[in-house]
Amino acid sequence: MSSQENSESLPEAQAPAHGAVEHAGDPFADPGLPAHKPRIQDIDERAAKRSERAVAFLFFLSMVATVGFIASYVIFPVDKIVFIFPFGHVSILNFALGLTLGVALFCIGAGAVHWARTLMSDVEMPAERHEIAAPPEVKAQVLADFKQGAAESGFGRRKLIRNTMFGALAMVPLSGVVLLRDLGTLPEKKLRHTMWSKGKALINMNTNEPLRPEDLLVGSLTFAKPEGLEEDAEDFQTQIAKAALMLVRIKPEDIKDKRELEWSHQGIVAYSKICTHVGCPISLYEQQTHHVLCPCHQSTFDLSDGARVIFGPAGHALPQLRIGVNDEGYLEALGDFDEPVGPAFWERG
Amino acid sequence: MSTTTDARREAPAGERIADWADGRLGIYSLAKANMRKIFPDHWSFMLGEICMYSFIIIILTGVYLTLFFHPSMNEVVYDGSYVPLQGMHMSEAFNSTMHISFDVRGGLLIRQIHHWAALVFLAGMFVHMMRVFFTGAFRKPREVNWLFGFLLFVLGMFTGFTGYSLPDDLLSGTGVRFMEGAILSVPVVGTYLSFFLFGGEFPGGDFVARFYSVHILLLPGIMLGLMVAHLILVFYHKHTQFAGPGRTNKNVVGMPLLPVYMAKAGGFFFLVFGVIAVIAAIASINPIWAIGPYRPDQVSTGAQPDWYMGFSEGLIRVMPGWEINLWGHTLVLGVFIPLIIFPSVLAAIAVYPFIESWVTGDKREHHIADRPRNAPTRTAFGVAWITWYMVLLIGGGNDLWATHFHLSINVITWFVRIAFFVAPVLAFIATKRICLGLQRRDAEKVLHGRESGIIKRLPHGEFIEIHEPLDAGARYKLTAHEQYKPAEIGPEVDENGVARKVSRTQKLRAKLSKGYYGEGNQIPKPTAEEYEEITSGHGHH
Repeated sequence: MSSQENSESLPEAQAPAHGAVEHAGDPFADPGLPAHKPRIQDIDERAAKRSERAVAFLFFLSMVATVGFIASYVIFPVDKIVFIFPFGHVSILNFALGLTLGVALFCIGAGAVHWARTLMSDVEMPAERHEIAAPPEVKAQVLADFKQGAAESGFGRRKLIRNTMFGALAMVPLSGVVLLRDLGTLPEKKLRHTMWSKGKALINMNTNEPLRPEDLLVGSLTFAKPEGLEEDAEDFQTQIAKAALMLVRIKPEDIKDKRELEWSHQGIVAYSKICTHVGCPISLYEQQTHHVLCPCHQSTFDLSDGARVIFGPAGHALPQLRIGVNDEGYLEALGDFDEPVGPAFWERG
Repeated sequence: MSTTTDARREAPAGERIADWADGRLGIYSLAKANMRKIFPDHWSFMLGEICMYSFIIIILTGVYLTLFFHPSMNEVVYDGSYVPLQGMHMSEAFNSTMHISFDVRGGLLIRQIHHWAALVFLAGMFVHMMRVFFTGAFRKPREVNWLFGFLLFVLGMFTGFTGYSLPDDLLSGTGVRFMEGAILSVPVVGTYLSFFLFGGEFPGGDFVARFYSVHILLLPGIMLGLMVAHLILVFYHKHTQFAGPGRTNKNVVGMPLLPVYMAKAGGFFFLVFGVIAVIAAIASINPIWAIGPYRPDQVSTGAQPDWYMGFSEGLIRVMPGWEINLWGHTLVLGVFIPLIIFPSVLAAIAVYPFIESWVTGDKREHHIADRPRNAPTRTAFGVAWITWYMVLLIGGGNDLWATHFHLSINVITWFVRIAFFVAPVLAFIATKRICLGLQRRDAEKVLHGRESGIIKRLPHGEFIEIHEPLDAGARYKLTAHEQYKPAEIGPEVDENGVARKVSRTQKLRAKLSKGYYGEGNQIPKPTAEEYEEITSGHGHH
């Protein structure tokens, strides 16, 4: 890839041949800048006056709109909703403020552009470009200066200084890295455990009451949370992000997976509601097929077959929670999930 | 002595202030170079201005919003004026966003201007980038500015993401959860990264405050710096222009900054602001009151990120759920691969200028914007990239395509999986053919003139259409572009029969160069001889 090779593949002549000079016989030569064509405003003072009035009108309209903005702010109540065709029911304050502000701004712009286009000179003129790279003598001067500066510093000669300086500069940012340690706690086994444990009742998410097996009918989808998790708890969001549960009742003979049947109670199966893809809550249930679909990325799981993935980007089945019934006839968990819920991670295994 | 004081007294106030400033800031020298600086005119040159102005609008409205927004995840019970949400648990962030929307007069308007301007900003940058790409305006000396612009686009995406996550509503929270899932998929360190980002387990109580400082300080600070650098370079390099009579690589033809571009560009700021204000008045955006506060166990259907994040959404949706479990560890390829392709899609367009300059070996400055047809391979690559991006956007909205057009979501997903690989290739081939066709048309026009639409009957009965020859200006315009010759690597053996060492990169470069400029990959420009021959009499075609 010598420079000679390069220049051979380049087009022959760049700019110089494209100058404004007419080349005798070259039909494609640059004829040079065309003569300026005057606009109507350049030759007819009445047209220019009309433009002037148009610009002034636009600026005046802007002033009116600003007054309108202030008036709207004062007049319209913040909570008034009105029907405006074709926008439907809108906040009148937002509508009025936005329109008046929009008109006030737009008219300034339109006036300025109209002024520039019709009344300011539109004579095009050329300006020369200059090469950006420095001429050789400047480059030589800079290199010489740099060499002198470097030599005066002794940077190249006194290696001990150089090396220790690099060492110090390389190490000092470590302090900043160390300071980031307390950004968060360490993962430990936190992603492996949820609030569920043996004996915790399943609480209906909607009614906040413990669930009985007879509350669940074939074809219904019910969401549950562990007993003791209240909405006003400080860590509610973090706990529910792992513990959210969905329950469906499937006829026991329709359950294809053996372990699923074992972990169910009279065909009631409990699965983590958190998608194993990237953690969206699954919320769409197809009664006939017992498929559930995550509305975020459309991973589809078959709840009658161990919640295995049948479509979409999820990588593994939803974890199942083993459930039973306590002495009082309420559904309860028989332990925590035996695998981490939600998206997969490196330590999941 | 007395004459100088007299002169000072006589000078008008404006001049005296300017003198004062010049003595301290040197403004006269600055103004000498820039006040009458020439800018060329073309509609596509305003795309960058849209970006700059929407960025300014975002900063102005953003500052206003910080006066009312509380970046806190403390749980509160809503008792504001929006009845349907009263009594609900929500974070203070959501609560204060509700306050801005319903109780601060004009707060909703500013919120909506802020969000709309962000969408316009990103869309403007995308289109501006494409303009620069397709006209080859990224070539030397502007490669650095191309990278600055690209960084602005990428940072803009993340500023947007952190911004729309701040209200802590159900939709954006779902997006943050998606981000957490994506981070968890990173091998070895993913779990730790997630815990450090969220201050522990998701969602925790920290991320809104952290996103806030990133959204209002860190990213916009960097972006402001980049934008200033971008503008300084635009001034320094001077603008590109299209070839035309009198417009060469050595000059720039247009009108001066003062007054024409001061008025036009300054006025354009108000036009952009005005249009966005009207949009914010009539079109609701991110109505968090209808979406509700975030709960990790709730979601709505049709969840979509803002448009500029849509292609990453497409990647994550269409990727098969591959997971490898080995030695007690999980490699979450189904999420990690999209996470890697996401920056790669962006990087593909960012590095293109350097690939092209390597292939051409061209070290000269370029100030004439190419017409896209005259760089068929580049144009084809750009269209292929856009096609790729659009295919992923379709994937990101596969549920909406399914519901709006009554299609099967499985079919759309499979379509995107295949189109991800096939569509860019088809787009490349089609675009290149179209470009070559347009080049042929230009050559035809130069040689035979413009079709006048006048049909003439010759004495012997033949009908012909009269072609009007182009004037010198039009001829120049259509032939001003340069054409490279393909790079040669030379024979494998030298004249003495000794094998030359030809490195693999050299071979690759020669091959690429042939693909760019070889026979059939560009249409040779008409030559003066061809022109003479056709115009010298006997031809009337």
